[in-house]
Amino acid sequence: MALPPTLAKILGVLSSLLLTFIGLTAITFVIGRLMPADPVLAIVGDRASQEVYDQVYLQLGLDKPVYIQYLRYLEQLLEGDLGTSIMTAQPVMEDILRFFPATLELATVATLLGIFVGIPMGVLAAVHQGRWPDHIVRVIGLIGYSAPIFWLGMVALLVFYAKLGWVAGPGRLDVFYDGIVEPSTGILMIDAAMSGEWDIFHNALSHLILPASILGTFALAYIARMTRSFMLDQLSQEYILTARVKGMPERNVIWGHAFRNVLVQLITIIGLTYASLLEGSVLTETVFSWPGIGQYITNSLFNNDMNAVLGGTIVVGTCFVGINMLSDLLYRLVDPRIR
Amino acid sequence: MANAATLRGWLLAEIPKSKTQARCQRLFIGWLDFKRNPIAMIGLLIIVGLVTIAALAPWITTSDGLALDLANRLQPPGREHWFGTDELGRDIFDRIIWGSRITLYIVALVSIIVVPIGLMVGTVAGYLGGWVDSVLMRLTDIFLAFPRLILAMALVAVLGRGLENAVLAIALTTWSPFARIARAEALTIRNSEFILAAQMQGISTVGILARHVTPLCMSSVIVRLTLDMAGIILTAAGLGFLGLGAQPPTPEWGAMISLGRQYLIDQWWVPTIPGVAILVVSLGFNLLGDGLRDVFDPKSGH
Repeated sequence: MALPPTLAKILGVLSSLLLTFIGLTAITFVIGRLMPADPVLAIVGDRASQEVYDQVYLQLGLDKPVYIQYLRYLEQLLEGDLGTSIMTAQPVMEDILRFFPATLELATVATLLGIFVGIPMGVLAAVHQGRWPDHIVRVIGLIGYSAPIFWLGMVALLVFYAKLGWVAGPGRLDVFYDGIVEPSTGILMIDAAMSGEWDIFHNALSHLILPASILGTFALAYIARMTRSFMLDQLSQEYILTARVKGMPERNVIWGHAFRNVLVQLITIIGLTYASLLEGSVLTETVFSWPGIGQYITNSLFNNDMNAVLGGTIVVGTCFVGINMLSDLLYRLVDPRIR
Repeated sequence: MANAATLRGWLLAEIPKSKTQARCQRLFIGWLDFKRNPIAMIGLLIIVGLVTIAALAPWITTSDGLALDLANRLQPPGREHWFGTDELGRDIFDRIIWGSRITLYIVALVSIIVVPIGLMVGTVAGYLGGWVDSVLMRLTDIFLAFPRLILAMALVAVLGRGLENAVLAIALTTWSPFARIARAEALTIRNSEFILAAQMQGISTVGILARHVTPLCMSSVIVRLTLDMAGIILTAAGLGFLGLGAQPPTPEWGAMISLGRQYLIDQWWVPTIPGVAILVVSLGFNLLGDGLRDVFDPKSGH
């Protein structure tokens, strides 16, 4: 009995999601086992007696075959247990939940910037193909692809914060605003708005705008480039010619006809961008002292806090894979030609 | 003059008389196409410039970029030091020049690891098909879905900080697109008649893969490699910036930015100039890659 095509597609995407997740966890598991530090020693300390050592050794299941250890590891992961951080002495999961909203805030605003600036730029470039708007968009795109993001961030800090003073500096808030707002969502601007602290809201915005723009350059470059090539594809189709021959206003031809078909393809692109920004924010966070997951992973790395590093890797990796697959699925469900 | 004309005639002859002539002709016609693309030429110029600078480094520089000169620390750009000096009095211009060798080293090392692995996995999967194909491509998909920088960070954490480990980590997350490309090419080639002819001559599978399938994948692989170079350079520089790649005092550009960060406000040249170097080189690779793609694959052009 054949499955209905939609269900088959969902199952297909889910199975590859599962496989990729298994691959990801297998790698972090291997990394965790390769690490030079003895996991038992890390728990019991140097001065523990042999009995205590053996006891913990058995508790951790290190006497079992590797695949059993891996399954045990998977089981812990699925329960949300990422181990305890050596640096903060708290469960890694709790730490990550505390740091993640900052990254989410940054990546979301960056993606939105990319969408609202990148798409019109791409459409403009396609409509004026080969003329100066097209060239300008191409140059911006090339710079967005080629510039090291951490360097771009530093130059922006130098110009807009140090020299011009238009925006606030590194961090999420000025020091004297710190800790006033109750962190209910963890996304500062929403929290501030909810508690009516508009000063804090403005301050948070002023801190956010620069890192988000910098992180958004890559999104902007990518989205503009893809929009342009999708639009060119559509504009050369016959239905566009028909619409023009009918005397339809050019604006309707572009936005009503061509762009509507492009929108479907853009879903995947936006999904990919969002996922890569969640990951790519590591460098931006370092430059702007943004207390997000990237900072957390980097700091843990320098403190040899492997549980935290691997936990962070798994969380970011899972989001990355999940968003990619989700946008793939969405695209397959929305596009009538693939359906 | 006459010689040049004969050479041109030989290169553009209607019917090539030898294998060598045919090969030279293909390259020459590709070059003519490529030359017409100004953007690609700029890219080529940048990369050739990079290689030249790296090769001539001992003659261009006045110092080894490592020796300290604390009397002249943090000098602004000027006649004496074109790009100024850093916090230890080292000439930044010289360090950038020496750093070009490191950039090329990274790029070469990643290519040497990534291309053979990608070609092998891709051609075997595409040529053999069946369950081998399924297994290998699943594996490729898994690696394709991995977040590159984060995974590289986790790997470096275990392997230890350093340039070679950073390269290894980058390579591990870079080979999969090459396998995809090689597989796609192998799929279209495997049913052609010349492959059948080779099979009937009794050439082994390995021989067919190595001598008949792989060469035909090369052009797509080279285009993709050039386009990927910028990403590789940026990731390596990013790892260097985070302090996970090349370690000081190596004049790696990302690490130089990282060390110069604290002087950003008052001595802007220390951290910003190495960034310009990274930007120019990755721009060069991007432009060159775009141009090569237009030459090798006119369909996907702009």
